[in-house]
Amino acid sequence: MSIVFYVLTTITVMGALAAMLLKNTVHCALALSVVFAGLAFLFMSLDAQYAGWAQVLVYIGAVAILVVFAILLTKGSETPKDGVFSRTWFVGLVIAAGVFAVLGWAVMGSMKALPQLTAVPQVTNLDIGNALVGRYVLPLEIVAVLLTAAMIGAVIVAIHEKEGQK
Amino acid sequence: MIGFFDQIFVLLQHWIVSFLPAAWQSAAGVLLAVVAIICLFPALFALTTVFERKGIARIQNRLGPNRVGPYGLLQPIADGIKSLTKEDIVPMSADAAVHFLAPVVMVVAVFMGFAVLPMGRNMVLVDMDAGLLFYFAIGASAELAVFMAGWSSRNKYSLLGAMRAVAQMISYEVPLLLSGVTVVMITGSLSLTKIVAAQNHYSYGLPHWYIFTPWGCAGFLMYAIAATAESNRSPFDLPEGESELVAGYHTEYSGFKFALFFLGEYLAMFSISGLGTTLFLGGWSAPFSFLNWVPSWIWFFSKLMLSIFVFIWLRGTLPRLRQDQLMNFAWKFVLPMCLLNLFVAAAWRFMGDGWLRWVVCSAVLIAAYVTLGWSEMHRGKIGPRSYRYAE
Amino acid sequence: MTSLAYYLLVAALLFSIGLAGALVRRNAILVLIGIELMLNAANLNLIAFWRYGPHPERLTGMIFAIFSIAVAAAEAAVGLGLVIQIHRHAKTTDLDAMNRMKG
Repeated sequence: MSIVFYVLTTITVMGALAAMLLKNTVHCALALSVVFAGLAFLFMSLDAQYAGWAQVLVYIGAVAILVVFAILLTKGSETPKDGVFSRTWFVGLVIAAGVFAVLGWAVMGSMKALPQLTAVPQVTNLDIGNALVGRYVLPLEIVAVLLTAAMIGAVIVAIHEKEGQK
Repeated sequence: MIGFFDQIFVLLQHWIVSFLPAAWQSAAGVLLAVVAIICLFPALFALTTVFERKGIARIQNRLGPNRVGPYGLLQPIADGIKSLTKEDIVPMSADAAVHFLAPVVMVVAVFMGFAVLPMGRNMVLVDMDAGLLFYFAIGASAELAVFMAGWSSRNKYSLLGAMRAVAQMISYEVPLLLSGVTVVMITGSLSLTKIVAAQNHYSYGLPHWYIFTPWGCAGFLMYAIAATAESNRSPFDLPEGESELVAGYHTEYSGFKFALFFLGEYLAMFSISGLGTTLFLGGWSAPFSFLNWVPSWIWFFSKLMLSIFVFIWLRGTLPRLRQDQLMNFAWKFVLPMCLLNLFVAAAWRFMGDGWLRWVVCSAVLIAAYVTLGWSEMHRGKIGPRSYRYAE
Repeated sequence: MTSLAYYLLVAALLFSIGLAGALVRRNAILVLIGIELMLNAANLNLIAFWRYGPHPERLTGMIFAIFSIAVAAAEAAVGLGLVIQIHRHAKTTDLDAMNRMKG
């Protein structure tokens, strides 16, 4: 594998570890942005430029900022007094290690059956656009309804109740 | 001869690169173009700071800097020396790593935006198929730098300024993208070079720029409003309003880091004006077909400086908008107008050539503007003063 | 090892790190961050298979990943709205302290 792959993977995995291990919540959110950026560049190294830039636009431009705002609105930047890891942290770690072991075993075990086509799929933005309004128009419309419902729902869930209605 | 001056920078790049072995030539060409951008735009920034201060001063009936050099034109050099030699103060309780990285992230994100702007015929750094998507993605990441700066300073005013700035930038990002999407819809491509090429036609000597169509004019106005808000410029500069928040999210920055934020803000203004000229004003194409002998890059930079002049003019003239007025404006006026503009552009495209589509599209847009504006301006009477206390 | 296997292993690693974080951290927002990591790892899997797999349908993997990005953003918005409202009610985001259904 090329050096670009190793550098990007190192950055992404380090960022993921930092996002899950740091004590300060805002640092975790910023490490998450690093993970998003690393993943976007990994997508681009896989010749999926549209997905890569969509990842930057949606995740770093919106989701990361949303997470950071939520942290500030819930006073998450103060360090908790009981520690940052839950009482049952060991079980969680064992479960995650088990999941990784199973996934790794599945990948290594099926090595012979994995496809290895080196031809890059020739996909232009025009093809993506045509597919979105042609073959995939139903998922597109459903995702539009979902996003509208999510937006209205998030506002209703998080809105401040007026004093008289409490 | 005419083509020579038009392509003079491209020919210069090829000439310099021809001295290197063939394997290095493309990388060296790109490197040369990157160095040119890194040298040119900060120089333009230096010139703009002095023009802005003189321009605003003249609007406000005073002189502006006039001591350093003839008519104060060497003022940026004095400013540069000052910012480089000032002590770099980092507050003791500030988050050192994030505090250091915030201006870096901002400047890097803003410089990356210049990579897809076509500054002349054949003068794009990277001719990306999805150039517009790249630009908007990079612009969205600059907001994170603003938040990082405000939060890491551990200062109430900085944090408040940062949250206001981020809320404003997010709100106005949707109209910005929607006006860009209208242009993409009509052109049929996300590539900025194709968008400029689609506007590079003339009929009876007049250009086919998108701003000369009803939907393009409305789109350009929405884009200009959203661009002013995205760069935190007056009248949308509450996050850095000197009278309210000291200096907003860059209160605790001094010396070179403040200069980097300043640079980042002005460069963001340049790149968003550059994108606006590419999308609506025809990029590097000349206004009249008989003016084609003037090099294309002169047209691009003239339109860029014209946009900057309009920004400076707006700053000197209009009063600042309050935060809630700003957000109301974004979500209740600009966004519906942008959505309607999308429909009007589609109607324009499907009505075919003729005078009817001009009349119908203009009528719909003007009616919408009047209706939306009426409901915004006349909402509720101003009652007796009421107080709300923070919780 | 084929290059597809490398990408799949990276995705599995990111998924398990996200899962570990979601199970181990106390703060509700960090659990949501772990969930976002898991969704991103799945996206990487999709794109890797799109690139290296056979292509009877040229676009399925990429379109699937784009829809996944959109849906994950919606889910993050609603989840964070819920966390903010819970914080207003219980004055804490500590998940270990929220172990009763009674308000």
